[in-house]
Amino acid sequence: MLRAFALGAGFPILLILVWDRTVAITGTRLIPSPYQVAVMMYDFTFGGVYDDAFSGTILTHVWKSVQRVYGGFFLAALIGIPLGMMIGRIKVLRQMLDPTISLLRPIPVTAWLPLSMIFFGLGPNAAIFLVFLGAFYPILLNTMFGVRSIDPRLFEAASMLGCSGTGMFRQIVLPASLPAIFSGLRIAHGFAWILIVVGEMTGVPTGLVSVVMEGRTLSPTALVITGMIVIGACGFITDRIIVAISNRLLSWSPQHRE
Amino acid sequence: MNDPAHPDILTIRGVTKRFTVGDGELEALAPVDLTIPQGEFVCMIGASGCGKSTLLRIIAGFEEPTTGDVAIYGNAIAGPGSDRGMVFQDYALFPWMTVRENISFGPRQRQLPREEIERTTDEFIRMVGLERFADRYPNQLSGGMKQRVAIARVLANNANILLMDEPFGALDALTREQLQHELLQIWARTGVTTIFVTHSVEEAVLLADRVLVMSAGPGRIDSDFRIDLARPREVSSPEFNAMRRDVARRLTSHLALARA
Repeated sequence: MLRAFALGAGFPILLILVWDRTVAITGTRLIPSPYQVAVMMYDFTFGGVYDDAFSGTILTHVWKSVQRVYGGFFLAALIGIPLGMMIGRIKVLRQMLDPTISLLRPIPVTAWLPLSMIFFGLGPNAAIFLVFLGAFYPILLNTMFGVRSIDPRLFEAASMLGCSGTGMFRQIVLPASLPAIFSGLRIAHGFAWILIVVGEMTGVPTGLVSVVMEGRTLSPTALVITGMIVIGACGFITDRIIVAISNRLLSWSPQHRE
Repeated sequence: MNDPAHPDILTIRGVTKRFTVGDGELEALAPVDLTIPQGEFVCMIGASGCGKSTLLRIIAGFEEPTTGDVAIYGNAIAGPGSDRGMVFQDYALFPWMTVRENISFGPRQRQLPREEIERTTDEFIRMVGLERFADRYPNQLSGGMKQRVAIARVLANNANILLMDEPFGALDALTREQLQHELLQIWARTGVTTIFVTHSVEEAVLLADRVLVMSAGPGRIDSDFRIDLARPREVSSPEFNAMRRDVARRLTSHLALARA
């Protein structure tokens, strides 16, 4: 346990050391040193060092980005999970919708960017739409797959015990496909944090990506790296939360534990 | 023929089943007629492909007969119902439910008062001896325990007919013997009509009041043995072995024919 932690934490420390030495030895001005980034991180979080437009604003930017990521993500889950369950279970619906889904799916989500800007204008709604699209397909497809791979015996067992109709969806289809749904949610969550970058590049004034973009043009490069680290940390922490929830809900299924 | 103490619970009349296989049709069951009185323990035995599992699935309501009808106390069945409960070879327990939740599933569907659900559930957990495992999930149980849960799940649902599709086929010999013994005790205690599909002549003669030997191509009931040996039956006794030989001879005569 302790050894695993030491190994896991040791490698990033080594990387930072290499980064620090390389900057010092080559004397480059393109890349800031780890120390400069640390100072910038302090200023971004608490302010009091540079006292510019970004000082002490971390929570504002994180909050804006989180709202967009989870607005799109939860919307995708809210539509994708029930739709996937119904398509997986109801043959007519599958025959009707499957070709459309197969046609639309190969279009990269980033290719929707111009259209989403036309629909929603420049601003947060375009970002939410892109996140939604990116999260929607993994959730939908994994849910469909999960429902399709339920052992048909479970439906027979449930129906002989007097379960039918909507009770079947709530008591059998949903819990039986939950492992697949969670792997879809986790993939979708990763995509959501990638697509927020594309979405916020459309020129929204606040949000973590705007910090990175502004940092490139206006401020020292340290702000760019600071923004990147914060985005990475947000993605990491929220992923751990999803894993924790999934471990709790799927404790009956040891092969899905991490 | 109708004994008032044991009225006929199950009546099967002219049931046939054809499956479409590619371009052709497979006749799985020739017309089958069968009457089972309440409380009887019936074993169906036969080679693979003789239609014994198909017949069981038709009784359960999972498959529809191509022609003919199945009636419980004279009422034709329409699909699966809680009057009949199946115990599958691969258990088919709900893996996300604990032992207790699996067993209470049927009573919960009927929305009985909570105390009644708990009382019934506790009773059947006790009956199959799983008190210490009530809060475990199926993947934490051995095969024998899983099959006990499956039996209790059906009985807790008040099923009149217990359908068992090679239920002990996947268990090791010791566990199988133990479960055969327990099943007989449960059957004697509850009086539930039991239809039990098996490959094993010994198992059939050990358990049943009546053994139906089925033959293939198309599937039909070839012979109907009454087993009048007193319980508990001693597998090494001469009477038991004579009975076993009779059933086995009937069974193998078809295998020889099928091969010729």
